[in-house]
Amino acid sequence: MSLHPEVIRLLIFLVGIIAFAALNAAYLVWLERKEAGHIQRRIGPKEVGPFGLLQPLADGIKLMTKQLIVPAGVDPILFKIAPILVMVPAIMSFVTIPYGENLVARNIDIGLLMIFAFASVNVLGLLLGAWGSRNKYAVISAARVVSQNVAYEIPMLITVVTLVMITGTMNLHEIVMQQQGGFWNWNILNLAASPLMPVAFLIFFVCMLAETNRAPFDMAEAESELIAGAFTEYPGMGFGVFFMGEYANIVIGASVATILFLGGWQCPFGLFPGVHWFLLKMYFLIFTVIWIRWTYPRTTFYSLLNLSWKILIPISFFNLILTSAMIKVF
Amino acid sequence: MSAFAQTQTNETFVLNLGPQHPATHGVLRVKLVMDGEYIVDAEPVLGYIHRMHEKMGENRTWAQFMPNTGRMDYLHALAYNHGYVSVVERAAGIEVPERAEYLRVITTELNRISSHLLWFGAFVLDLGGFSPLLYAFDDREQILDLLESVTGSRLTYCYFRFGGVYNDIDENFAAGARAFIKRLRERMPMYHALVTKNIILMKRLQEIGPISEEMCRKYGATGPVARGSGINFDVRKHEPYSIYPELRFDVPVYTEGDSMARYMVRMDEIEQSMRIVEQALDKLPEGPVMAAKAPKIIKPAKGDYYHAVETARGSFGVRVVSDGSNTPYRLKLRSPTFSNLSLFGEACRGMLLPDALALMGSLDLVIPEIDR
Repeated sequence: MSLHPEVIRLLIFLVGIIAFAALNAAYLVWLERKEAGHIQRRIGPKEVGPFGLLQPLADGIKLMTKQLIVPAGVDPILFKIAPILVMVPAIMSFVTIPYGENLVARNIDIGLLMIFAFASVNVLGLLLGAWGSRNKYAVISAARVVSQNVAYEIPMLITVVTLVMITGTMNLHEIVMQQQGGFWNWNILNLAASPLMPVAFLIFFVCMLAETNRAPFDMAEAESELIAGAFTEYPGMGFGVFFMGEYANIVIGASVATILFLGGWQCPFGLFPGVHWFLLKMYFLIFTVIWIRWTYPRTTFYSLLNLSWKILIPISFFNLILTSAMIKVF
Repeated sequence: MSAFAQTQTNETFVLNLGPQHPATHGVLRVKLVMDGEYIVDAEPVLGYIHRMHEKMGENRTWAQFMPNTGRMDYLHALAYNHGYVSVVERAAGIEVPERAEYLRVITTELNRISSHLLWFGAFVLDLGGFSPLLYAFDDREQILDLLESVTGSRLTYCYFRFGGVYNDIDENFAAGARAFIKRLRERMPMYHALVTKNIILMKRLQEIGPISEEMCRKYGATGPVARGSGINFDVRKHEPYSIYPELRFDVPVYTEGDSMARYMVRMDEIEQSMRIVEQALDKLPEGPVMAAKAPKIIKPAKGDYYHAVETARGSFGVRVVSDGSNTPYRLKLRSPTFSNLSLFGEACRGMLLPDALALMGSLDLVIPEIDR
């Protein structure tokens, strides 16, 4: 029996994607701790391996060897499937992301739509986990997560619709190809299409922070208010999988921002395009995300919603109308 | 209006904040009646770290109680030392050499700075900003090193004695204290630029958690909490003790009464404490640090004595009743945080949980001192 080459290709990509997501989750924790350390005049992890590089491995072993306690009174099914419901959509979203010219598992025409569809499932996982925990702090956290995600998906999607109007496609590969040449061709500087493009990028970035529950919008896991929020009752790897899902979502958010606004794998000067440029831009965005977290205090929940409904949504709407008018006129 | 828009008042739930919760900084438990994220009622539940300091005092000699005072408010232990030695000296009529009083003030004020710095870090941590804590600890560490060199301990000091202090300072301490003040003066603008003027922090503190002047008077709040609500009361100024009348310093008072006002009072107090330490170091007289005639065994005359001092958290009063024996007949400790916490229940009514926790942080609670 011989396997179809496409099946083999997909299998390789599947393994690759899972490895990429897991490795990123592990080493983003390391990066976060190292970066936080340097911001706070410390060194960060240094004991396990050179520069503490084996620390994620040690953490992983610790989490895996811990007993998976299912506390009395929880809904056992929801409690157990919730971490998976967070992790699986995150992995699925990687399928359509083109990291290089040919480095994409499935080049789908509605790739962008698919990513946002899966990104919404992730909220459901958090909600179910928190609800199933039967913990008051977790339920408060779940309520926050849902309204936060609803509020921030709107400006995010409006921005994405604006972009789709400009590019005329939802195929991520094509979106990147349109930004060929140099950094002046990137969508973030596509001022001919809409003079508000840098603002659109900013809106997208802020929404990404909120969607991935990162500080200063980390309402779900506001440790000084809600202990650990939705994860309060989760031990060992249950918590670990949630955490990996969170980091995978950050990687996806940064990847999508790179593709939509920063020209994907294209080089800023038109030289040697390739996966290295993509990773450079992506990790720069992730670095910024971590930087913000360790610099700013947390906002409150109502100012978070106010920011979305009163500032981000009107601006992104204005941008949408402006862009469509400019497309019509020119 | 439709039924949807009306809040069902019977749909409240009880949320146990603590005894182990990151925001309470210790074993404080607050029983919150919540309507969604709004607080309907709050009741602090105390006693998780009660050690019966007052009763302990009745079973020990006057001197043996000294170490206990440093273990109530572990962040400003020297002020508690000061309160207790002052009342016993008043009762027993012990004269303290001037140099000893100066040393008491210098060390107490350094300790006050370290307490405020720790509060600053922990408070911003409550608001979700982790990094300032580490910077504040860096500064605080310098004070702890200085105080360790003269008192012998870093946290729970027992440095004062009836009739003086246990150890004289040396040149290194004076030079170190001056160097530290110079360093902190340079760093305070950084704290203000990075934290105080941060837009998120301002939005979280301004006009949030208002405490009125009447509420402060009703619950007996003192210290930065009262001064943030416009009550100009500082024991160091208004019931002067030790050498404070000879030193020039201001009492920062803000009238807004919100969390920001309390924050600013403490930040300004750091500056004032630096002024006090500098002046005291300049004026430091020569002489003994222990009264020559201080009795070894204290037996104060029969009577009822009270003395209050200003700690980092407010007015700490000690009342002792002596029956002329070598142990106190009754020892009553009036701790400032206990009164400051009492107003939390009323002040946080109708507030959102995050804002209430910001309010709680701005009260600067030290739990072992509430429970004693």
